[in-house]
Amino acid sequence: MAKIYNLLLCAGASCISSGGYSFRDKLVEELKKHNIENMVNIVETGCVGICELGPVVIVYPDGVFYKKLKPEDAKDIVEEHLLKGRVVGRLLYKEKDSEKIVQQASQIPFFQKQLKIVLRNCGIINPESLEEYIGKDGYSALAKVLTEMKPEDVIKEIKDSGLRGRGGAGFPTGLKWELVRNSKGGEKYVICNADEGDPGAFMDRSVLEGDPFSVIEAMTIAGYAVGAKQGYIYVRAEYPLAIKRLRSAIKKAYEENLLGKNIFGQNFDFDLEIRVGAGAFVCGEETALMHSVEGQRGTPSPKPPFPADRGLFGKPTLINNVETYANVCQIILKGSKWFSSIGTEKSKGTKVFALAGAINNTGLVEVPMGTTLKEMVYEIGGGLPNDKKFKAAQIGGPSGGCIPEEYIDTPLDYESVKKLGTIIGSGGLIVMSEDTCMVDLAKYFLEFTQDESCGKCPSCRIGTKKMLEILNRISKGRAKVEELDLLIHLGEQISKTALCGLGQTAPNPVLSTLKYFKDEYLEHINEKKCRAGVCFKKKK
Amino acid sequence: MKLEDLKKIREKMEKETNLREGKGRIKAVVGMGTCGIAAGAREVLSALLDEISKRNITDIIITQSGCRGLCDREPIVDIYEEGKEMITYGNLTPEKARRIVAEHFVNGNIVKDLLVSSK
Repeated sequence: MAKIYNLLLCAGASCISSGGYSFRDKLVEELKKHNIENMVNIVETGCVGICELGPVVIVYPDGVFYKKLKPEDAKDIVEEHLLKGRVVGRLLYKEKDSEKIVQQASQIPFFQKQLKIVLRNCGIINPESLEEYIGKDGYSALAKVLTEMKPEDVIKEIKDSGLRGRGGAGFPTGLKWELVRNSKGGEKYVICNADEGDPGAFMDRSVLEGDPFSVIEAMTIAGYAVGAKQGYIYVRAEYPLAIKRLRSAIKKAYEENLLGKNIFGQNFDFDLEIRVGAGAFVCGEETALMHSVEGQRGTPSPKPPFPADRGLFGKPTLINNVETYANVCQIILKGSKWFSSIGTEKSKGTKVFALAGAINNTGLVEVPMGTTLKEMVYEIGGGLPNDKKFKAAQIGGPSGGCIPEEYIDTPLDYESVKKLGTIIGSGGLIVMSEDTCMVDLAKYFLEFTQDESCGKCPSCRIGTKKMLEILNRISKGRAKVEELDLLIHLGEQISKTALCGLGQTAPNPVLSTLKYFKDEYLEHINEKKCRAGVCFKKKK
Repeated sequence: MKLEDLKKIREKMEKETNLREGKGRIKAVVGMGTCGIAAGAREVLSALLDEISKRNITDIIITQSGCRGLCDREPIVDIYEEGKEMITYGNLTPEKARRIVAEHFVNGNIVKDLLVSSK
């Protein structure tokens, strides 16, 4: 039976935790009651992105967007919209300023400014359906690669596209692939780093939950390009839904011989396994991650040797982040020229950001590189709640730094952000209002990295501890002014001497808040005053 | 899976997901106001769906709307086709709806005797 309506129900972790499944169950019950189940197709999709409004449903063919759904709303949607074609006005999105009611998802400013490459299928297809993925050009890239391209051609295409690593450091992806391909050492491995650990970051989780096949296909392509037959996806245990959907996708890919021996009847084999991490932040660091895959303790080791030379089990290893892989199939299908036409001169393509903190539209956003922070906060993010004043945005999580209001016109790309002393990082973007104390913010992130420090090298283990002690004294008004210099000195030394990325970047939140908000630190020390009213609270 | 299988699945699913996003060759909107329902719009809708399923037509969107204001000609179906003017069929029955599928959707000829207007 042909269907009249397709209900795209967001089944991302955020919509599920705000009651998406209770709504779905009630919906199914109502459909049965009115005997129209056969006219309506319910598709559970990955994250639609606008988590603030969850649970959300988009009703096609008209694209009507319903938000903040409760189980009792199912009755109205069925009886009015699905039975009689009347849109349920009270469940639509309302623009904040104009109170204008918006019916279609495509007209909501949050979606209008976005360009989806990585998240192209999230919220559109059922992530557990291989057929739906194929309907969206899935596995066409792998077919093209295996039948028409030599491994060198694949690498050239990725190099020409200008794609850079989306996990934080921004290393040119094509060059990394080439290094692994040219590395001698027999067996090689491909790894996907899905150990997303920055507080407030959930880009990779959403890709894995919403479009797991895109990562699996890209890893298979990477295996062909670099000459590897075995891949591992390292996912943190805190992402049960992502793991479930990945497992289901890998199983289906094996059943259809899209993994395993002689893929597409060609002389190419590729196997893929999941490794579940135990929740250590440091395991997002590539050498620690590989030790963990090997079954060793997850602590980093010095580089060089780089993974491309000696990685997993001492063999040449390609390790890329989830979002990086999610770009690959589109580059193969649409070409490096198309990809490199998006973004800025040195930062190509798009970047996914997780918008969080003091912002109206929290959620997941994909924009071309070079979109300004201002556009991000006010146009896509819908401004700050209760019209609070924007103070700063923390980018790059505990490894990054803040961008204060005076630089709000900064384009978000690798170079521009680096000039301000922070990093794009994995893409966490936390917006802060005048209610945030910058000393407290720095303390929060340092507490996090201090807690997550593996303890292997002294500069990270002892250095971050000492820095945290000083911050604690400042926030209690017990520090001396000279200690600010010590804080900077310590931070710079740790950046230079720590063993891995975790330690090297741990001082960033402190150094960057000191750079832009030194007056707040001084107020704490000299006047025992916290302008945001966070520190010095009287104990009850 | 062989390359041919991939192509087959893609062609089949492409149409389905396109429909899902509201992209179709023809969009047929059944008036589902109280007047329409009373006049038998639901049966017309079911007949349309049943007929396009039987004929395995996958590029046509069938949907519904509220009252169109032409209550005495219900059940009514509006036909939207890209590059063409919207046309309206009225006083439909399930049998007439099946004729629309065969003559209009499949053969591309407007069913003149069922027309309400051509605008």
